Amino acid sequence: MPLETQRSAYWRGVRDGAPFLLVVTPFAMLFGVVATEAGLNLVETMAFSIVVIAGAAQFAAVQLMVDNAPTVVVLASSLAINLRMAMYSASLTPHLGRAPLWQRVLVAYFMVDQTYACSIAKYETEPDWGVGQKIAYFFGTMTPICPMWYAMTLAGALIGSAMPAGLALDFAVPITFIALIAPMLRTAAHKVAALVAVALALVLAGLPYNLGLILAGMGGMMAGARVEMWLERRGLWS
Amino acid sequence: MELDSTQVWVVIILLGLGSFGLRFVFLGLIGDRPMPPWVLRHLRYTAVAVLPALVAPMVAWPGATDGQLDAPRLAAALVTLGVGYFTKNVLAAIGLGAATLYGLLYLLG
Repeated sequence: MPLETQRSAYWRGVRDGAPFLLVVTPFAMLFGVVATEAGLNLVETMAFSIVVIAGAAQFAAVQLMVDNAPTVVVLASSLAINLRMAMYSASLTPHLGRAPLWQRVLVAYFMVDQTYACSIAKYETEPDWGVGQKIAYFFGTMTPICPMWYAMTLAGALIGSAMPAGLALDFAVPITFIALIAPMLRTAAHKVAALVAVALALVLAGLPYNLGLILAGMGGMMAGARVEMWLERRGLWS
Repeated sequence: MELDSTQVWVVIILLGLGSFGLRFVFLGLIGDRPMPPWVLRHLRYTAVAVLPALVAPMVAWPGATDGQLDAPRLAAALVTLGVGYFTKNVLAAIGLGAATLYGLLYLLG
């Protein structure tokens, strides 16, 4: 019986992850194109997508190398872009921390914006799920997304031509994430957290090394926690 | 353009290890040890804080328009937010958001 529910949790993950192919497909192709144009060979380009598996950081690293930045600067900037992954890791720990180590290693490797966002949204609406279903769902969301990341990097590297700009695919990232976040804005605390984070992100956008994102995220989390405490003290928090 | 192959491989390997470290740090090292309530209270808001902070600059200053605020993109973002919030239906929000974007891009030429 638990096997059956784990299987259905996995397939729900596959279905919920599938819309993100809209984002991952062009983004990965673009990386293949850009990396190839920067002079990386096929093995190096594929190694980037398989070893690093983080779109924005990969683009930043290649761009900085093209700009002749020292290796230390390339690494520091790209890792700063990935700092949010540590926040995702902490946020998934209450849900997945009890899973066996090998599963947590795989979850960490496949932790990208899309798999994290899908999973945390589902965990909040399925509080009865055990760690088995949660892990199965996570790997479900990963199934359409991550293999496509490798495959489309390869396609982009082989084709090597620029993506058609008229498709406005740049906006696939904001639309898919907004669609996923909007249903999560259930309580006043969640709304305040999002509003504060957006305001800070816009004000701090000029900071180097992507620090604005990290500070905005932390500010939003603190604002949400404050509102939750405030509501709790007034008996308005269930 | 010729990149130094050694630098490329050093970056790939160290960036891969570093990114994995960031992803594994809490999940791996804390595992099933209980975290203090104030930490959990903050972690409940990670997703609704970090993801909006990630997309807000893309909406306000789209790369495709050289950072100029763009009416079709702003409208698409707002429609997606509204549909997602009121219907809780992710696919409907993506669909109507994309329809708004392409519709307005077409109408405004």
